[in-house]
Amino acid sequence: MTDHRPTPAAALSRRGFVASVAALAGGFSLGFHVPFAGEAMAQDAATITPEVNAWVVIRPDETVVIRIARSEMGQGTLTGLAQLVAEELGCDWSRVVTEYPTPGQNLARGRVWGDFGTGGSRGIRDSHDLVRKGGAAARIMLVEAAAKGWGVAPGECRADRGVIAHAASGRTTTYGAVAVEAAKIAPPKDVVLKDPKDWTIAGKPVKRLDTAEKLDGSQVYGIDLTLPGMLNAAIRDCPVTGGTVKSFDAKAVSGMAGVKRVVQVGDTGVAVIADTFWRAKTALDALPIVWDEGPNATVSSATIAAMLREGLDATEAHVGNKGGDVEAALKGAAKVVEATYGVPFQNHATMEPMNATVRWTPERCEAWAPTQSGEAALAAVAEASGLSAKQCDVHKIHLGGGFGRRGATHDWLRQAVLIAREMPGTPVKLIWTREEDMAHGRYHPITQCRMRAALDGQGNLTGLHMRISGQSILASVAPNRMVDGKDPVVFQGLNPGGAEAAIGYTIPNILVDHAMRNPHILPGFWRGVNMNPNAIYLECFMDELAHAAGQDPLAFRLKLMGNHPKHRAVLQAVADKAGWGEKPAPGVFRGLAQMMGFGSYVAAVAEISVTDEGKVKVHRIVASTDPGHALNPQQIDAQIGGSFVYGLSAALYQECTVKDGRIEQTNFDSYPVMRLDEMPVVETIVMPSGGFWGGVGEPTIAVAAPAVLNAVFAATGKRVRQMPLKNTDLRRA
Amino acid sequence: MIRLNLNGVVREVDAEPETPLLWVIREQAGLTGTKYGCGIAQCGACTVHIDGAAVRSCSMPVSSVTADQKIVTIEGLSADRSHPVQKAWGELDVPQCGFCQPGMIMASAALLAQNPRPSEAEIRSEITNICRCGTYTRVLAGIKLAAERGEAGRG
Ligand code: FES
Ligand code: FES
Repeated sequence: MTDHRPTPAAALSRRGFVASVAALAGGFSLGFHVPFAGEAMAQDAATITPEVNAWVVIRPDETVVIRIARSEMGQGTLTGLAQLVAEELGCDWSRVVTEYPTPGQNLARGRVWGDFGTGGSRGIRDSHDLVRKGGAAARIMLVEAAAKGWGVAPGECRADRGVIAHAASGRTTTYGAVAVEAAKIAPPKDVVLKDPKDWTIAGKPVKRLDTAEKLDGSQVYGIDLTLPGMLNAAIRDCPVTGGTVKSFDAKAVSGMAGVKRVVQVGDTGVAVIADTFWRAKTALDALPIVWDEGPNATVSSATIAAMLREGLDATEAHVGNKGGDVEAALKGAAKVVEATYGVPFQNHATMEPMNATVRWTPERCEAWAPTQSGEAALAAVAEASGLSAKQCDVHKIHLGGGFGRRGATHDWLRQAVLIAREMPGTPVKLIWTREEDMAHGRYHPITQCRMRAALDGQGNLTGLHMRISGQSILASVAPNRMVDGKDPVVFQGLNPGGAEAAIGYTIPNILVDHAMRNPHILPGFWRGVNMNPNAIYLECFMDELAHAAGQDPLAFRLKLMGNHPKHRAVLQAVADKAGWGEKPAPGVFRGLAQMMGFGSYVAAVAEISVTDEGKVKVHRIVASTDPGHALNPQQIDAQIGGSFVYGLSAALYQECTVKDGRIEQTNFDSYPVMRLDEMPVVETIVMPSGGFWGGVGEPTIAVAAPAVLNAVFAATGKRVRQMPLKNTDLRRA
Repeated sequence: MIRLNLNGVVREVDAEPETPLLWVIREQAGLTGTKYGCGIAQCGACTVHIDGAAVRSCSMPVSSVTADQKIVTIEGLSADRSHPVQKAWGELDVPQCGFCQPGMIMASAALLAQNPRPSEAEIRSEITNICRCGTYTRVLAGIKLAAERGEAGRG
């Protein structure tokens, strides 16, 4: 059974953790061949209770352990997935706890838990079917075990809240009482899932399962991990991506307090290993390092902007959406409107900086990592450790924020493995400073977009060309997902159709194309991904077009949305609730936007005012979302509120600029984040229309910026076309 | 050796005098509920109470704290998460990732200790901690809820 015992996840509280650490010491004495998690769970009753199936363990005390393959980083996936399993299982929700299986266990069991990846707002929508079936199968097996014990037909028994009843004889038993027998029963081939309208746990605003530990400091994040004999490391990677280490003077710091080793990390980094992190960091700050900054040392924001501008006019571009003949429409137009927009690099700035803990021996490598993707993390560990994947494992730990930074690229984990290889047998925790985190992000990709539109004599939109120029995430992060050299993600929200991210307007002549221009600054999936810039481009420009046509921005849009009822419904919902047709309070101005992405439809109306000094104040946001199914409405509400903080922080303040090849911003003083004083009232409309599963963690971010920017135009008559807004002077002339 | 009164226990720690209080709390004392987010007094993740006042411990050298000053961390705020702010937080499901929340809770508890019935404007201007998950709406509601119950001023 050792392969089958996952790491406690939400249950990784301090108390559980002490037991884990004690067990780990035992693991060491066995040469560390016994997996940490397995040893840890040996303290637990769970290990003497066989699982019913991969998803469910029921302990004799009726505790229901639900296994979660995806990662919890604040977005509520852990609770949502548990709700789905519990719904089909028919257990008592108040008895549910969760645990994370490891990717090594998944590998060993033929990927029984499916994909571990937690990005693209896919945590729930990609796995709802699998986990519901897991819960339903376990229920069937438990009922069958009880029926067998009573010598009755399973069809005569019913299960509810962990109690199985045989009405005819009046007998009852519990899940905990029959779990051992249920584990011996062959899993059912076919299971019928409940109709969502009969849900009692899923679809309800239940409380999160992971709140208590987050109230008293007992939740252990990666940065908090402590293992026996553990050392700490601080790292500096060449500030210019593409540069390398020329030399460093280890002797200058080797006598400093607590310092154990100074090591080079790959070609590009230097780390100090010490007894405490603070001592490691102090020595690193004092360490003389000479860099070969390489070919990118002269790159600046200005050179990158010029590179992108060139792409706006390039003859070659990848086509993402094409219909009719845009050039002919433009030639025949009564009026042509043109505008160029741009978005900068932005850092995820997760609240918890990057970190990982690794113990390496020539035979085995284990990592404790706050990762969005356990399997990708395992692959990174295997590659950096020089061992096979079977000799490695990754223990997932709750993330202090992910936002896309901790999924697709595990550069930080790779570094931690390389450092641990210098200290065989000793666990080493690597922590990035905030400054390192700002300097070595995987940034929201930089793009510009030139749009040209044709209006006819009645102000109808007859043609639209959107030329996006700039960075591709996939080209850097996942080139295997490119399609004939094209990055399809670039067109998120602008696709001609499909269930994922389709444009919500019917435009007779349309061309959306992408001139790929990849600067050396590395991009990544940043919460909301390409839907964010595309919503700014499309929805601000639609506003420009409405004004050019002399029409109301809502009415102008609605005319084009006849074939897009779901896009239209969310837009209409926010307009109605915000009172679009009525005049706002004096000095208050409105803007609106809609978009589709991650399988969900979202819209927002923003109400703002602008002071004479040009300061924008966002008063109220009305936001709607149609995610198909609403698994936990109160958590969707939390995600929408948080999305506006993330999206408005970016739109108003955030940019990472480049000078001498490196990122200039270093911390939250130069990379501001919206705080409580600026938080608007957010009214959410959750309007699931059924029949599909969309994401909720990301889509809403996209409409935050354009709704506010369109309101800024209404207030000032000024179009903000280059993000962030702080760079535009909005003072009254 | 430096003497500190941490959550009511006086202990001696071995650290260089200029080490930030945050890292002494986390590493020498092993209390990891207090978080590192920026190190430059910007984010508030490291907020603790010193003699009842909220302090950003990342920017305070341990040598500037004397043994008679009472340091309280999130672990020492209450037994069993019973502080009114913690209770309100639990009822409203405030945390998302939770990483900022120890600092958020400590800042809120200190505010209510000094000003048991703050206005919304006072809450908005006094609570300047960063939350990247964007839990501000529920933070605001949580402080109001704790204040309404009128028991948070107990310090
Ligand atoms: S870590 Fe102290 S304020 Fe950010
Ligand atoms: S809850 Fe994640 S940073 Fe505040």
